[in-house]
Amino acid sequence: MIVMTKDTMQIVREQDVVPFRNRVREYAVKIGMSLVNQTKLITAASELVRNMLKYASGGKVILEIISKNAQTGVRLTFVDEGPGISDIKQAMQDGFSTGRSLGLGLPGAKRLVNEFDIQSTPGTGTTVTITHWKHGR
Amino acid sequence: MNITSTILQKQKKKILEIWLQNQLADNALRDDLMTNDELSKQSDELLDALARAVKSGNVDNIYAAEFEQITDILSDVSITRARQGFSPRETATYVLSLKKAICSVMEEEYQDRPELLYKEISVINNLLDQLSIITFETFIKGREEVILRQTDEINEISTPVIRVWDGILALPIIGTLDSARTQIVMENLLQEIVNTGSNIAILDISGVPAVDSLVAQHLIKTVSATRLMGAECIISGIRAEIAQTIVHLGIDLSNIKTKASLASALQLAFSMSNVEVKKVQKNTGFGITR
Repeated sequence: MIVMTKDTMQIVREQDVVPFRNRVREYAVKIGMSLVNQTKLITAASELVRNMLKYASGGKVILEIISKNAQTGVRLTFVDEGPGISDIKQAMQDGFSTGRSLGLGLPGAKRLVNEFDIQSTPGTGTTVTITHWKHGR
Repeated sequence: MNITSTILQKQKKKILEIWLQNQLADNALRDDLMTNDELSKQSDELLDALARAVKSGNVDNIYAAEFEQITDILSDVSITRARQGFSPRETATYVLSLKKAICSVMEEEYQDRPELLYKEISVINNLLDQLSIITFETFIKGREEVILRQTDEINEISTPVIRVWDGILALPIIGTLDSARTQIVMENLLQEIVNTGSNIAILDISGVPAVDSLVAQHLIKTVSATRLMGAECIISGIRAEIAQTIVHLGIDLSNIKTKASLASALQLAFSMSNVEVKKVQKNTGFGITR
């Protein structure tokens, strides 16, 4: 796997969400992603970044354009130092929320992108990595 | 001990003169934004306050009571300048050129006593650096206030409620739908339903760039509130890619009436309120003839 472009964005306020989404769109357009795939990636990114703001009061996102097996894609890594998730399996269920929302953010984001990985240690923080390929389904 | 304050008092006129010269010499100074008289009055006031504050012997802590007047004047200057559209460079130059003026006067005064000169200049340096930080902080605060005001204005103008037909309201939503926006949208919509006695509201989201679960939740809330008022809500402007995304996210909008375009939503609204729109053949020579 080769990383072609790499950038980091700090997310600390709700006002950072829109510039962040625009940046993700820029990356998706750059590799020639179709409109549907762009929208899927942006929506998943938006869900995760909102989670980060709501539960960990911010964090950082690493944006990368990667290439693997002649495929290009965008990889986003969301790193926060929040309270962490004690039961990831439960958090990945549709409709489960500790914050009175629809409870679709994590499972929805997983369905929207090609690759999804979540690591969390209670008390230390959470890292979510998503990858969406140019010709993703 | 207080040599700085003695100099500030004794040489006030000279310092003021050099300071004003420094400020005016800066090419970037905008005399269209502030007259020279105003500038010299402002500078005179600040220098007076500085002399008084330094006289008290406190030259480190600018948050002490003696410096209140100075920080007030400086905050005032920076905020006014931020609002008037001065650049950060111009605003910073204001305080920094005072440092230059005081130092040059001191240099002249204590030419033969370098040790004392060094000590006094470092005191002045430290003091004025702190003051310039204050200037900068308040300058940015002033600019942020301007931005906040503009945000409010944008929120206000970007949520119009349009009465498209007797009993039918349309609400085009443009931009991101966050909690604050939703609140404004909901308030305007519900108020307008009361005012006009409408029973159908069309929420058009063609201008919303991304629909995630938070936006969907806000939409569902708005629809429920509208229903509580006895009106029906139609959501229009759902683009193909957004429809796919909503399905993958798992958001259930099945009990809400949705349409792809505002035109088809309007058509549905017409049929719901038993209104029929027809093309009429006209032979008068005016209007549309087919």
